[in-house]
Amino acid sequence: MHVHFLDPYHPGDSPIHRLDPRIKLVLTLAFILTNTLVPTAAWPIYILLFAMILSAELISELGVYHVIKRSALALLFVLAALPLIFTVPGDTLFALGLGPWSIHASYAGLERFISISLKSWISVQAAIVLASTTSFPDLLVAMRSLHVPRLLVSIFGLMWRYLFVLVDEATRLIRARLARSGQSDKEGLRPGGSISWRARVTGGMAGSLFLRAFDRSDRIYMAMVSRGYDGEARSIPLPKIQPVHRVILITILGILVILLGFAYLFWG
Amino acid sequence: MHHSIEIKDLSFSYPDGTPALNNISLSIAPGEKVALVGPNGAGKSTLILHLNGILNGQGYIRVCGLEVSKENLGRVRSCVGLVFQSPEDQLFSPTVFDDVAFGPLYQGLPTGQVLQSVDEALDAVHMLGYKSRVSHHLSMGEKKRIAIATVLSMHPEVLVLDEPTGGLDPHARRSLIHLLKELPLTMLVSTHDMLLVREIFPRMIILDEGIIVADGPTQELMEDSMLLEAHGLEKP
Repeated sequence: MHVHFLDPYHPGDSPIHRLDPRIKLVLTLAFILTNTLVPTAAWPIYILLFAMILSAELISELGVYHVIKRSALALLFVLAALPLIFTVPGDTLFALGLGPWSIHASYAGLERFISISLKSWISVQAAIVLASTTSFPDLLVAMRSLHVPRLLVSIFGLMWRYLFVLVDEATRLIRARLARSGQSDKEGLRPGGSISWRARVTGGMAGSLFLRAFDRSDRIYMAMVSRGYDGEARSIPLPKIQPVHRVILITILGILVILLGFAYLFWG
Repeated sequence: MHHSIEIKDLSFSYPDGTPALNNISLSIAPGEKVALVGPNGAGKSTLILHLNGILNGQGYIRVCGLEVSKENLGRVRSCVGLVFQSPEDQLFSPTVFDDVAFGPLYQGLPTGQVLQSVDEALDAVHMLGYKSRVSHHLSMGEKKRIAIATVLSMHPEVLVLDEPTGGLDPHARRSLIHLLKELPLTMLVSTHDMLLVREIFPRMIILDEGIIVADGPTQELMEDSMLLEAHGLEKP
């Protein structure tokens, strides 16, 4: 019994799946960076960026619905941007009053809020396309080749590896509890115990999960050291990037730069 | 008089489509001690998880005269004491007492009876002095005993054990065998330990690839070394 629902990777054979992971990582980061740098209210540029990510979604055969559903994650960022409506100075749109206090929503603030919401939504979609079309080990290799600090990459890798083990372990603990959650054959007894008792049991389970994770990390470390680990993860050299993929990289980077240029020219 | 365990035409596939059990039928009489053997991945653990409704396959299962269904789950779970392979999973509370008391407390028994059940269960596994110990610090053999006590405290009719002797030193294994011999319960024990099977269990069921390939007296089946070898087992 293993848990896979956490793994966003969707195996496939689309051109996006086949694209070199290093290229995909660079392009995704460049796309998100462009997205972030585009000035407020550059609506046509947002539409073009959205069109780009939408094409990637279609080419990747993931299905637009799949990506949109997962991109609900962006709503969190939207919440964080909500106060902007009231804090950015500008023409008053409407005012909310509570006794002696009142706050003014400004047109400029609303514009900024919508821009940030759109930008974060588009950026999250790009990240989803990357994570859904690239397996995690490939992503780690890509990070390493882009000179992300090795220690950081190792931490990502170990976390990914043992997240599933931990979830499995928690599942087994819950199953063991379920197996003993019985009902007496004596009349008039209500099974389940009090809420505070159940909370204490759950607390105990969380505690033992933590202790085990701690113990396990010790054992893993010893197993790594006994196979020669010295704090530095090594890997075999990577294959060369194919010329076609280089062309794709340069083209898309070019488009992003042009879009950013236009954005600053007309809206900056 | 009902059978302790009665299974008819049970089939089960994991959500990813892997078939695990295929048309399993068997019945175990009250007081009978039966070994469930077979290679890794044969479906032994899957079968065991069906006995108290943690997994739900297609087919018909009755334990202690109760059909394993949603309405009966509570009763079924106190009647079948399921001891998991790894005591690490079984023991999820901070102290031995908390773990052994979990079942009776969950049933809602009054404090006096909970304390009594805990004492009886720990006494049955000869671990009475361990009540306030921290489960995390026990040895493997001790953990196994406590794990058995955690279900004995619920006064089950059937004891189901998954790999009880795995990872034990000879001494701990020997004392566990004595314990299993003593306990006057219906038992279904999944194991690879053929010596254990010969010593305690008069009846043996061989499961392979989700099918019961043999079910009969241990003595007879143990003589058939061809059969044993064909299913990844060894004559002790």
